[in-house]
Amino acid sequence: MSNVVIETRQLTKEFVRGESKVVALKDANITIEKGEFVALMGPSGSGKSTLLHLIAAMDRATGGEIRVLGEDLRKLSDGDIARWRNAHVGFVFQSFNLIPVLSAWENVELPLKLTKLGKAARLDHAKKALELVGLGDRLDHTPRQLSGGQEQRVAIARAIVTDPDLILADEPTGNLDANSARDALDLLGRLNREFGKTIVMVTHDPHAAKSASKVRYLEKGELLPIGQKPEDW
Amino acid sequence: MALPLTYNWRNLLARKTTTLMTALGIALTVAVLLATAALVDGLKTSLTSTAHPLNVLVMRKGSTAELNSNRSPEDYQIIKVKRGIAKGPNGEPLASLELVTVVILEGDLGAINITARGITPQGWLLREGVKIVEGRQFQPGRREIVVGKSIASRYPAARLGGTIDFGRGPWQVVGVMDAGRSAANSELFCDLNQLAADQNRATALSSVLVRAIDEVAMQALTNDLTADTRLNADAPSESSYYASQTQSAAPLQFIGTFVALIMAIGSCFAAMNTMYAAVARRAAEIGTLRVLGFSKGGILLSFLLESLLLSFVGGILGCLLVLPLNNLQTGIGNFVTFSEITFDFRVTPELMLTGLAFALFMGAVGGLFPAATAARKEILTALKQT
Ligand SMILES: Nc1ncnc2c1ncn2[C@@H]1O[C@H](COP(=O)(O)OP(=O)(O)OP(=O)(O)O)[C@@H](O)[C@H]1O
Ligand SMILES: [Mg+2]
Repeated sequence: MSNVVIETRQLTKEFVRGESKVVALKDANITIEKGEFVALMGPSGSGKSTLLHLIAAMDRATGGEIRVLGEDLRKLSDGDIARWRNAHVGFVFQSFNLIPVLSAWENVELPLKLTKLGKAARLDHAKKALELVGLGDRLDHTPRQLSGGQEQRVAIARAIVTDPDLILADEPTGNLDANSARDALDLLGRLNREFGKTIVMVTHDPHAAKSASKVRYLEKGELLPIGQKPEDW
Repeated sequence: MALPLTYNWRNLLARKTTTLMTALGIALTVAVLLATAALVDGLKTSLTSTAHPLNVLVMRKGSTAELNSNRSPEDYQIIKVKRGIAKGPNGEPLASLELVTVVILEGDLGAINITARGITPQGWLLREGVKIVEGRQFQPGRREIVVGKSIASRYPAARLGGTIDFGRGPWQVVGVMDAGRSAANSELFCDLNQLAADQNRATALSSVLVRAIDEVAMQALTNDLTADTRLNADAPSESSYYASQTQSAAPLQFIGTFVALIMAIGSCFAAMNTMYAAVARRAAEIGTLRVLGFSKGGILLSFLLESLLLSFVGGILGCLLVLPLNNLQTGIGNFVTFSEITFDFRVTPELMLTGLAFALFMGAVGGLFPAATAARKEILTALKQT
């Protein structure tokens, strides 16, 4: 098996809104290999989230090709995609998106509900994931009882509990103070280095981008060549 | 495996007021339905447990009730010698010529119509279920009556030792009878000849009750009675006769069911409204769940279950509301005989299960569209709605 985790060819996403048409992503070619930690940067509206959503199969491309973890995403049904994402992709949101009525460990356990694991194994996995993010003593806290930084660490635990090959994060530090942001980035860095997770992270923060092994820039829907930055960046 | 039910339960608890209001609406609907059904069930039980399976009621052809039937002593002579009629301990055939009439009883609650039944001594033998619980049987040739226990308990004048006035003068209450759940609890029994004289109906009596030896004989006996041209008779089994009397509950059943139906439509919309609000409020959460790998079907099921859970709470509340009605005694005018019949509400476990099923049905109907809306949401659109 090749080492390529993500590969896109002329990947394009257009949004049609009545008369007008927005090209959010145009002919993007990107190859990301196993174990890479790639930061996606660029001005607002440049298509960073759009690319990340296409990689996560949360949306469908309007043109081009996309293969992720060996799957041609265009060929998968909605049901296949749901199962595929559950098994192979962990997603971290800017605003954490924890389920408010569930405790930390129930939130982390949630993706495992879709697996064949029994209750005891699920609890065990969830506990280990929470210990890994340094929240082993917060199992029964609800999101409301946690700080923003702690919430995001629970969300990261939820993203890794199924032991996915790929972790995608859309501005994971966007809602965090400097200290919490550093904790979250350290955590992603560890997951990349110690556990070999492939990570793609959208960020506005140049400091955050330093955690990554590679930075790719987008501008007006176009993925710039390696090493090239947008003008006045 | 799908989303855990605790997730739905806690979401219901998280919006207590809405949940409680919606559940209460469902509860009231279930309560109306169950109260109606309990009343009808009580009446039916009362009427159907009156009958003995081998008793045949001989009336004039075309009579809908004993009250408008007409049988003469000559008919009785023909009927009692028919083949297939069982014999009593005294060797006499178990056949009782009876007069059924309606008398007016004055009580604190105003005048009510009561069925008075004039019977021969054989009449007691045909009704094993009827027990004298106070006093004694009436004596032939005297103006004495035995009253059903429901009447005795509801009308002070009809208690043991009291006298009540109807026909040509006072009658003395010499006994109280307990007839189980049967309609005889709401009747007065007295001597046939006394009542016939009182009502000027010496030759125009009502019916003849006979006991068949067994089921085979019963069929032959029925055929024989209806075929006899001298009698011009209908001869329904006592069971089917009383079953047809349950028609008197039909208007009430109709009104109760109708009201419950209207309320059910309201409750469905209330549940739908509540669930739509839940789906709208949790749009981003739905998007998140989809990203975690939950399928559209999983989302649909979860919201449907939440609606079912909500209606289940309503159903339980509804059952609790009607439970105190169980065995509560009430009276209803029998629309066939125009006399009062007293019976108990019957809130049976089966009935409560029906109520729960009805509640769940409302939850399913109310929850289906909101759940489908939740499932149809595009992930990104859902995530953007906060
Ligand atoms: N659902 C949509 N309908 C129409 N246009 C859309 C939609 N989603 C995104 N766009 C447009 O696509 C372009 C790229 O959006 P995208 O969200 O990828 O930008 P971004 O780089 O993530 O920006 P930001 O840094 O502000 O998050 C923008 O012009 C945006 O308006
Ligand atoms: Mg974005």
